[in-house]
Amino acid sequence: MRQEWQGFEGGSWVVDVNVRSFIQRNYTPYEGDDKFLVGPTKRTLKLWGKIQELMKEENEKGIIDAETLKPSTITTFGPGYLDKDNEVIVGFQTDKPLKRGIMPNGGIRVVKKALESYGYTLDKTTEEIYTQNRKTHNDGVFDAYTDDMRKARHTGIITGLPDSYGRGRIIGDYRRVALYGVDFLIEEKKHEKKLLENPNLGSPDIRLREELSEQIKALKQLKEMAASYGFDISIPAKDSFEATQWTYFAYLGAIKEQDGAAMSLGRVSTFLDIYYERDLNNGAITEEEVQEIIDQFVLKLRMVRFLRTPDYNDLFSGDPTWVTEAIGGMGIDGRTLVTKSSYRILHTLYNLGPAPEPNLTVLWSVFLPETFKKFCAKVSIDTSSIQYESDDIMRDYWGDDYGIACCVSAMRLGKQLQFFGARANLAKAMLYAINGGKDEKSGEQIAPMFAPITSEYLDYDEVISKFDQTLDWLSELYINTLNVIHYMHDKYNYERLQMALHDVDILRTEACGIAGLSVVADSLSAIKYAKVKTVRNEDGLVIDYEIEGDYPAYGNNDDRVDNIAVELVERFMNKLRKVKTYRNAKQTLSVLTITSNVVYGKKTGSTPDGRKAGEPFAPGANPMHGRDKKGAVASMASVAKLPYKHAEDGISYTFSIVPKALGKDEDDRVKNLVGLMDGYFHSKGHHINVNVFDRETLIDAMNHPEKYPQLTIRVSGYAVNFVKLSKEQQLDVIHRTFHER
Amino acid sequence: MANLGRIHSLESFGTVDGPGIRFVVFMQGCPLRCQFCHNPDTWEVNKGNEYTPDDLMEEILKYKSYMDYSGGGVTFTGGEPLLQVEFILEVSKRCRSRGISVTIDTSGFVFNDTVEELLNYTDLVLLDIKNYDPIVYKTITGVSLSPTLKFLEFLKKNNKATWIRYVVVPQLTDNLDSVRKLSEHLDEYSNVERIELLAFHKMGEYKWQELGLDYKLTDTKEPSRELMEKVTEILSTKGKIVKSNI
Repeated sequence: MRQEWQGFEGGSWVVDVNVRSFIQRNYTPYEGDDKFLVGPTKRTLKLWGKIQELMKEENEKGIIDAETLKPSTITTFGPGYLDKDNEVIVGFQTDKPLKRGIMPNGGIRVVKKALESYGYTLDKTTEEIYTQNRKTHNDGVFDAYTDDMRKARHTGIITGLPDSYGRGRIIGDYRRVALYGVDFLIEEKKHEKKLLENPNLGSPDIRLREELSEQIKALKQLKEMAASYGFDISIPAKDSFEATQWTYFAYLGAIKEQDGAAMSLGRVSTFLDIYYERDLNNGAITEEEVQEIIDQFVLKLRMVRFLRTPDYNDLFSGDPTWVTEAIGGMGIDGRTLVTKSSYRILHTLYNLGPAPEPNLTVLWSVFLPETFKKFCAKVSIDTSSIQYESDDIMRDYWGDDYGIACCVSAMRLGKQLQFFGARANLAKAMLYAINGGKDEKSGEQIAPMFAPITSEYLDYDEVISKFDQTLDWLSELYINTLNVIHYMHDKYNYERLQMALHDVDILRTEACGIAGLSVVADSLSAIKYAKVKTVRNEDGLVIDYEIEGDYPAYGNNDDRVDNIAVELVERFMNKLRKVKTYRNAKQTLSVLTITSNVVYGKKTGSTPDGRKAGEPFAPGANPMHGRDKKGAVASMASVAKLPYKHAEDGISYTFSIVPKALGKDEDDRVKNLVGLMDGYFHSKGHHINVNVFDRETLIDAMNHPEKYPQLTIRVSGYAVNFVKLSKEQQLDVIHRTFHER
Repeated sequence: MANLGRIHSLESFGTVDGPGIRFVVFMQGCPLRCQFCHNPDTWEVNKGNEYTPDDLMEEILKYKSYMDYSGGGVTFTGGEPLLQVEFILEVSKRCRSRGISVTIDTSGFVFNDTVEELLNYTDLVLLDIKNYDPIVYKTITGVSLSPTLKFLEFLKKNNKATWIRYVVVPQLTDNLDSVRKLSEHLDEYSNVERIELLAFHKMGEYKWQELGLDYKLTDTKEPSRELMEKVTEILSTKGKIVKSNI
């Protein structure tokens, strides 16, 4: 065994790249409580103080600084520091902390627009290169888009598509760099490339050979970048500090070159814990030093920045980066994957205060140690900064070494990626079904022309049959649009470093999404169980609806309507499954809107459930606010019915509760929150964001943002600083159902 | 005749009416007219929706996993649940057979043979004592205190786990002498596991207005932390456990 691996138990990981094997053979499950945790060191506090000053300045100005000349690659910028004396983990994306780089391979117009919106001007030569000499992903996509695709994009039936910016949602297995060192990985890639020397070289193999060459170059540049900071990462990390620093360098390389919507970290805390345990057992390090390394690693992750345009912020607001770290879960052998470092990384929310990033995601299992469950519940009650996802569901699908990309998308680390597909607006599709394929706002024919519904009152069977036709059209158009996007992204904006940290043969998923699920379910329920009268304009277009009588609403654990929602997910997924995908990606579906529920609502006319034109949708899989009348558990029970097998890209539910409604004192609150999550995940819920605060706090934060720089809230699948949301989104959050009986 | 229950509403996430996560059934109808009531819409006996025991049981079972994991169960409150004791008995028997724990939140005003039988299927009683001074009790509720104390006596005889609830309302139930006497009285009851103090709030005032009822406590303030602490201190003697929601 190599010198750096002394003290580790061997296994197949020694011969092949296999991080899971290393973890399984070497990690120490922890079932104790949180008493061993320690506070931040002086160095950490000093550094954090400086960062907070910078962040304050950033909040006031929008951004601290931006590059206008040099496109960002792994090696564009030399080393950058904020406070050399106090900085334990080093490395910034550009030459200065919080300064935003430019990555025009996604699209030069977006870069230019984003710079201009903050008062910067893109360098003329750079602009010329990317308009005259070097084609971008965005140009490629629009060269290939059909008229139908452009129209669908314009009316907003499909939106949020990654056609002018990086697609993200690819997690490099950054741990490989720490465990093996870069040279080992380069040799592996060279070997894989050699195996592709076939007598009949077809285009898939040619593409792969080119990609492998790019990957090898990226790995070499990664070494160069680390060397500029004075570290040799060609060899494996030998101790706690190096393991963390090497892992961070690998991630840093990725975010220097790619500004994908979600640049997630994976599942590093239990991996790193193995190094920490070895050093602690040898007396080479103290608990204070371990916590310092983690705190400082997290500080770097809190400083990840990308340059975004204002419209991007409407969709995904609060400047999110989705540095998602998956924590805990259970191994397939029944041992918990919770380690002391699962505690340590959550403890950063106390040592450094609450924050939206990294996006701390606990993989919940009813079998997790009770001590850890209680600790998580306490952290949620105190900070509202954690999201939870069902390890019991996902372990069955993806094993026990998967990470979460963005919010709810599980993928086996180093073995799987997704082609991010944003989402289709099914509420709008339903209105197209009623209006014969015409847009309810513009009257323009968008879907193929078919007979509109002409009756005064809507008939359930008629609406369903026309809706089904509309979904046939939409699913084909949707997948084809994604095929264009991902073909071009691979061609012009390939994620060479992240892919270098994957196996050569991987599973690709075509991750589609639904917006407006609860609007459609309630609308169909109203049509079925009450009477819905159409209101038409002079052209006969239905522009509004009047409901006579009551109908069961989604969110009350009532099968009459919940089954409509379940059936809709399955129906749309089955249609997507029929359409051929680029690189044979496996179609999947999410029910997740992030903060785009507000924008989707704005672009959608009145719906038969009583929602008026322009009003926001509920986020993700949430019931419409105010319609869930039987309390929190009934609401989450409705969500838990949505079938994961037809929504493998995740089902997001956001839960907000006032502290008093959780129980009378802290002990009761912790116990009840644990019980709530055990009950929810036992009932096959997939994801839950937990917010615990008073509505008054949010109203006060809206009026006095300066008092709440760290107020963090969970929205669909990620966390944001509340004060960074737009006024409209702040109001949406405040109006959303709070459980406060 | 079918045994129907009149139910005001259902809450799937009750955390303040007994241990754990509770499915709370608000029964319709109440013989008391408490001045500080925050659910006056449950008073009238003929309102609400009718459920058969099987209907209600079907709803309850949907939430069993949440009850199991949190150590919760079902709580019947209201209104005065014991006004519909036959219905509750039927549902409680079904709960017992499914391993679901039952809590009854009552003023103790109603007592008969069926109530006695029901207590065999009840795991915990939340007994609301509105005041210990009989005259004040009558003023607050419109009825007499003695049935409540007899009920408590019965619970003790049967060694039934009981939590006493007391609402602290400034200028109404802050007669500390009577609180002291209540405390001494409760010293004799080993079945009383805890005392819960509820701070008065006016979140139900709008309901009084909607119902055209005259709300007498418009000018009454919520109790101060000092008052809550004072009452807690008085009731905590001899090791009694007091929990307060402030």
